[in-house]
Amino acid sequence: MTTLDFSTRFPEGVVADEREGYEGYIIAADKLVEFATTLRDEYGYDYLSSVTGVDYIAEETFEVVYHAYKTIGGAELVFKVQVARDKAEVPSLTDVYPGADFQEREAWDLLGIKFTGHPDLRRILLWEGFNGHPLRKDWQEAYYEADIKPFKSRWPKPEYARAEARNPYGANVKYPEKFDPEKWVPEGEDALYGSLAKYETTDDDGLKTDHLTVNLGPQHPSTHGVFRIAAKLDGETILNLKPVMGYLHRNHEKIGERNTYLQNMPFTDRLDYLSSMSNNFGYALAVEKLIGIEVPERAEYIRVIMAELTRIQNHLFAIGMFLNDIGAFFTPSLYAIEERELVLDIFEMVSGSRMMCNYFRFGGLARDLPAGSLQKIKDLVFDRLPRKTDEMDRFLSENEILRSRCVGQGLLSAEDAIKYSAAGPVLRASGVPYDIRRAAPYSIYDRFDFNVALRYNGDIYDRYIIRLDEIRESIKILQQAVEQIPEGEIQTGKPRYQMKVPAGESYGRVEGPKGELGFYLVSDGKGNPYRYHVRAPSFINLTAFGPMCKGLKIADVVAVLGSIDIVLGETDR
Amino acid sequence: MYGKGLIKGLGVTLKRFVDTYLDDIKWMGKRYYTAEGLAHRSSKDAKGVFTVQYPEEKLPVPEEFRYVPFLVYDEGEKGEILNRCTACGICSKVCPPQCIWIERATDPKTGRPKQEPTQFIIDVDICMNCGLCAEFCPFDSIKMDHDYEIASYGRTIHHLDDLMKPASYYDEIRPINSAKEAAARKAAAEAKAAKAAARAAKTKAKS
Repeated sequence: MTTLDFSTRFPEGVVADEREGYEGYIIAADKLVEFATTLRDEYGYDYLSSVTGVDYIAEETFEVVYHAYKTIGGAELVFKVQVARDKAEVPSLTDVYPGADFQEREAWDLLGIKFTGHPDLRRILLWEGFNGHPLRKDWQEAYYEADIKPFKSRWPKPEYARAEARNPYGANVKYPEKFDPEKWVPEGEDALYGSLAKYETTDDDGLKTDHLTVNLGPQHPSTHGVFRIAAKLDGETILNLKPVMGYLHRNHEKIGERNTYLQNMPFTDRLDYLSSMSNNFGYALAVEKLIGIEVPERAEYIRVIMAELTRIQNHLFAIGMFLNDIGAFFTPSLYAIEERELVLDIFEMVSGSRMMCNYFRFGGLARDLPAGSLQKIKDLVFDRLPRKTDEMDRFLSENEILRSRCVGQGLLSAEDAIKYSAAGPVLRASGVPYDIRRAAPYSIYDRFDFNVALRYNGDIYDRYIIRLDEIRESIKILQQAVEQIPEGEIQTGKPRYQMKVPAGESYGRVEGPKGELGFYLVSDGKGNPYRYHVRAPSFINLTAFGPMCKGLKIADVVAVLGSIDIVLGETDR
Repeated sequence: MYGKGLIKGLGVTLKRFVDTYLDDIKWMGKRYYTAEGLAHRSSKDAKGVFTVQYPEEKLPVPEEFRYVPFLVYDEGEKGEILNRCTACGICSKVCPPQCIWIERATDPKTGRPKQEPTQFIIDVDICMNCGLCAEFCPFDSIKMDHDYEIASYGRTIHHLDDLMKPASYYDEIRPINSAKEAAARKAAAEAKAAKAAARAAKTKAKS
């Protein structure tokens, strides 16, 4: 937590948030842009990490919560804006921090907070005809049963019914008046391509040309899921593009607010389903901050080991699929998957599942390492993985075709990377040495000797090669961790499925394989989180996708997207 | 030299290609469809063909592997079924997707709740295999299974009869955990008996 004195600079409109368990500053809506500009230019908080809203329905208030950081490291600065629920308008920060773009759209989509001055305030995760804003506390989903789990219908007098029996177009679905979903069509192309509207130009010879809007996806092999890219083209050159997402949206945050704290843990596995251990880590940190519980030494080591193994297998997969995307069909990706399988074997042995690990608990872990698993990890990190990483490097990094395709393409400068709130390898490949494990160490990362992987060109090639660098650094951490790991407890206190969580807010963040993964929690002292928000790196890294692609040929879009490394379970949430 | 990187990369694939045959020859036909061969193919020294010929070959699952839950019952001396479940409802409360429905039995004479279930439904289509029910069951009754081949054409809903499996089956799939739990149960029972004995001795001394 950071405390600054704003009283001389802002005698009015900036007050400290003094609610019990809360931190940061409350800014008057009309001072917000000025405050943010000052924060960025005078105080050095150049990186806006997270923007989200909270619906305090009892107080008739919406609160927009911002988390800003300095890219030179240090703790966060939280600032908030409160507006009346019936007149939810907040000035947009896209001019000061362009990285707020998608996040403000998300807050508009899910909470219905209007950001005045936002250049393209459309829904982002839900479809255009959706009625209402689901994260508002008075909104109920189609299969709604009760506000919070556990449901009363389960025990001791069960009323067995399938969720969908309550749903299909029955009384539980609300549509606006005179709305028929069968007959609805989006209002012209504007609704879908609003900011991409095509226009005509006349070239030097007086020839009239039309710009063309092309959709890549939703079914396109390069997207690794259901994801659409609406691109405006001049010939084959990209003039502008907008990612269109939400095909896999399931309102993870609403589900999270219905769940008890512990019940949420397996749901976090399903965000970035390639790196469930990292997701567990971030969520556990956020809740532990709220409860104020310590984690035993041995559990900390196991956590770090699992998080770094996750990074390795995620990056292997990312590299493999990236090379696949740009035309090295399947050989590199299957080489990478071999190593990934061996890491997943360890996850399965330890947690019981290869991908949906659900291994972390508040104040520890679900269980200790089973016999033999530590030896398996040692075998991998001392012998196989270094060898195979070098092989992967030798395989294609110097390949002339790959280099001519990637070097100098899809550029993202250091300034832009910060501006667009890019995180993780995307940020570091642009020459910004920002890694949460170093910038604001959590868990026991301050004990290990490793370097922050850094590349300077910010092109596709650097975003590829930095992942190999990071694998090597992770192996370094793992080699130290498996040697130092002490014996001992793996859980503080008795494992509990319902615990007392004091009222307040917390923001837990980890350096996930894809970037900063943050969990913003608000507790009202009950068994379920009042607000649960995920700062998803896959989602926010896409803010820079459009700017990266401007001026490239359409075939390069595939390479750029591959180099960002998104997982749609996390993008769409 | 232009093309050096290309050749280097091709060298990697060529080496892997040759290794495949060398490893096959080295194992002299024992590399496939044998337990040792399978273990070798998923070890740190694996090279060559990595794939498993499922369903002819199956990777052994580790002890902690978890798939949909089942209920453990003990067998009495005459082979009668002693359900460990007391219908306390903790599993259904802790279940994240709320896929467990339990009906607690009532004593027909007194109308009071009895410590056993009359109905136990797990909607397997909803279950997310997280294992929290097994983790928090205080009676070692609900446990996660190892049998992952339950694909079907219709809905999969497990009722009490489908869920019940003997303790011997549980011992077989999770030998280490089951021994640990049995020891803990025994210790708890002994502690309880000792306490009861102490109390009995105390009341006796008083009188």
